[in-house]
Amino acid sequence: MENQSDVPVSPVRPAPRAPASGVRAVVSHIVHRREAAIFLALVLILVGITVVAPNFVSASNLHILSRQISFVALVALGQLFVILHGGIDLSVGSIMALAGMVAAYCMKIEINPVLAVLLGTSAGLVMGAINGVLIAYTRLAPFIATLGMLSFASGMVLGLTKGVPITEIPESFLPIAQGDFFGISIPVWITLVVAVIVHVVLTYTAFGRRVYAMGGNEQATFLSGVNVRRIKLALYMISAGAAALAGIILVSRFNSAQADTGKGWELDSIAAAVIGGTSLSGGSGSVLGVLIGACIMGVIQSGLVQMHISSYWHTAIIGVIIVLAALLDRAKRRG
Amino acid sequence: MTVSDALLEVKGLAKSFPGVRALDGVDFSIRAGEVVGLLGENGAGKSTLVKTLAGVYRPDAGEILYQGRRAGFASIQKAQAAGITLIFQELNNCHNLPPLDNLFLGREIRRRGTPFLDYPAMRAKARELFDRLGIEIDLDADLSRLSTAVQQMIEIAKALLNDVKLLIMDEPTSSLTEKETERLFKVIRELKERGTAVVFISHKLNEVFAITERIVVLRDGKNAGEVNSRTGTMADLITAMVGRELAAVAPRRTADPGAEILRVEGLSGPPHVEDVSFTLRRGEILGFAGLIGAGRTETARMLIGAGPRTRGRVFLDGKEVRIRSPREAVDHGIAYVPEDRKIQALVLQMSVRENLTLAIHRSLLRFWMFLSGRKEVAITDDYIRTLRIKVSSREQVVNNLSGGNQQKVVLAKWLATKPRILILDEPTRGIDVAVKAEVHRIIAELAASGVAIIVISSELPEILALSDRVLVMDRGRVKRVIERNDATQETIMSAALLASQTAPELL
Repeated sequence: MENQSDVPVSPVRPAPRAPASGVRAVVSHIVHRREAAIFLALVLILVGITVVAPNFVSASNLHILSRQISFVALVALGQLFVILHGGIDLSVGSIMALAGMVAAYCMKIEINPVLAVLLGTSAGLVMGAINGVLIAYTRLAPFIATLGMLSFASGMVLGLTKGVPITEIPESFLPIAQGDFFGISIPVWITLVVAVIVHVVLTYTAFGRRVYAMGGNEQATFLSGVNVRRIKLALYMISAGAAALAGIILVSRFNSAQADTGKGWELDSIAAAVIGGTSLSGGSGSVLGVLIGACIMGVIQSGLVQMHISSYWHTAIIGVIIVLAALLDRAKRRG
Repeated sequence: MTVSDALLEVKGLAKSFPGVRALDGVDFSIRAGEVVGLLGENGAGKSTLVKTLAGVYRPDAGEILYQGRRAGFASIQKAQAAGITLIFQELNNCHNLPPLDNLFLGREIRRRGTPFLDYPAMRAKARELFDRLGIEIDLDADLSRLSTAVQQMIEIAKALLNDVKLLIMDEPTSSLTEKETERLFKVIRELKERGTAVVFISHKLNEVFAITERIVVLRDGKNAGEVNSRTGTMADLITAMVGRELAAVAPRRTADPGAEILRVEGLSGPPHVEDVSFTLRRGEILGFAGLIGAGRTETARMLIGAGPRTRGRVFLDGKEVRIRSPREAVDHGIAYVPEDRKIQALVLQMSVRENLTLAIHRSLLRFWMFLSGRKEVAITDDYIRTLRIKVSSREQVVNNLSGGNQQKVVLAKWLATKPRILILDEPTRGIDVAVKAEVHRIIAELAASGVAIIVISSELPEILALSDRVLVMDRGRVKRVIERNDATQETIMSAALLASQTAPELL
């Protein structure tokens, strides 16, 4: 009995079915989870691509693919917090660029890389805090506040760098994105570690519970004595922090900091979350869903290349998948 | 009255909502050119009746004869097309559009054969309408800056544009000044002259007497009498409104309140709470009576720091405290169970367990931030058992529970905070009789255990059954505090209704 309560379940899972025994209960639980359907979709896509282009599942391709996916997934994990409370963060892309640029500049002027990473991340957190204050305390709509930040942060980067990339990145910094650990590239490890932490925070902590509760009914949560403003502030800082981290790792990946890094990533991260079953109205979504959503997006992009289809088709296909995922979700909720 | 001269005649109308019989065989009729008042306590069925007439609800049973023919309007639009318009308490204007556009919304005049608006024609028509109503109005004004009274006139003009035959007004004067009310009455008399029938719902008895010819009283979804406005008295009306049999209600409790725990002095704040003062003792139940909109909920929200407060002091155990957020209220041991459980109290898609523990996360913490699943389960199961909450499992999503069980979950959520002061806002609204009795028993037991309780209720029998003292509010002010021995439906209703008759702004 005690055990049941400790099962990491988000508030969105379907109501428990009639008690079945042992294996069947476990299978039933898995099948009825929201993530099951999109996981199945991911498998089908993988199989489909592999049939056409067997090279797709080669070790080297999977290695590259997983690293690509890890960046979007990292940003999407931050975005998940914000979407869960019923908000949206459009500024993640430009915060990536800003944080990457700050970190790269610090390394260029020969600040210790560890300190440089911390400074870059801090720059991101400050931007997130500005978002959070605007949204939680001056009650600006999240869409507006973060749209402003999207423009402001990218403008700051362009203005300060005049659009010139910073390429003086120390050798010692490169393994962060280009190195491996047990055959898996380090960004993947970083994203996995972050994913586990996010999962634990969302499912086992009071903070996580309150984020879901706010997404479900903010007024009830407020009247329950929860400091909803402080939580909102934290959420936008988390989102910006994750984006900053991704932006900094991308500097290592490309050996340089580019002003246009992260362009369009706000939509990619939102898409990953939505494909993964996160509700844009707040209150439901999970880490597993976001990871699967990010995988679907990455697999399709890479698969098109492998199948020698022009990658220009990529966004059109992603568009169809976003809408399909949302329709599937709606059908499940009604059914 | 014969059937033939009635514009509208209703027989045996019935309408139920889950857990409530809102209308239980109501008869009603009105002639062309007649103004009829519709009165009753909160929840007597007035709104349901007029909404059924206006096509918002479909009746479960009964007959509606309109202009001598059977009718039953499937939608507001159909009712309007037939000449029946309901003007809601909350006015239905688009605040971003000027009066002219609001007036013609959905009925725009176009230039012949084109999609383009014919503004000159619309202006001319609008002027004609407002002239007929005898009011000046800037057709291009910013609607949000116009007074409620003017916005109401726009709604009436809209009805005229629809060639209204039956106009229903739900509490049209609740936010009007005396002068605006007079003007509204003038318009109503105009409408009457041209043969429009008007149903007038209001809690202001003097106004109802002034404008209507007869007054139909509803109680518990049934007809409770009719009073002739010329020959009847206020006393007749109040008797008809409250004449409920008290036998069905739980017996009055007896309690022995302890020391004073809460003292409130001069609490004031927008929109209309003025200078509210009262005291509350340990183990005491203080009833807050009054009509909807009397300021009871606003007072409670101010107390827990959820509503804006401009003045006033709050003392807990004799020490002044400043409570600026619900969070601080919880810290001080004050719990507020809001009136609308679905909007204000429950996260509907979360489980019973998650809702029940939402206000006590801090007592569940392990290692600073983790919720103790074991404690959570224990507390949840404890309350499910003691409050007898009917659930299939503690993981059941609360949206799937009945209203009564949802209310028990909300109650449990707040009891789990171990409050010293418990404020219950309409604790049994929309739940069935059996659960209601249980909730009353729980409230009485809590008081007996020393919790100080405020019960805000629009149901007088509930107030009477539970309260040690009854505080009567009207338009944001405390009108009277009635000791238990003097509290009856009549004394409370008189305080709430008649007090306003002598209020200076109405003389």
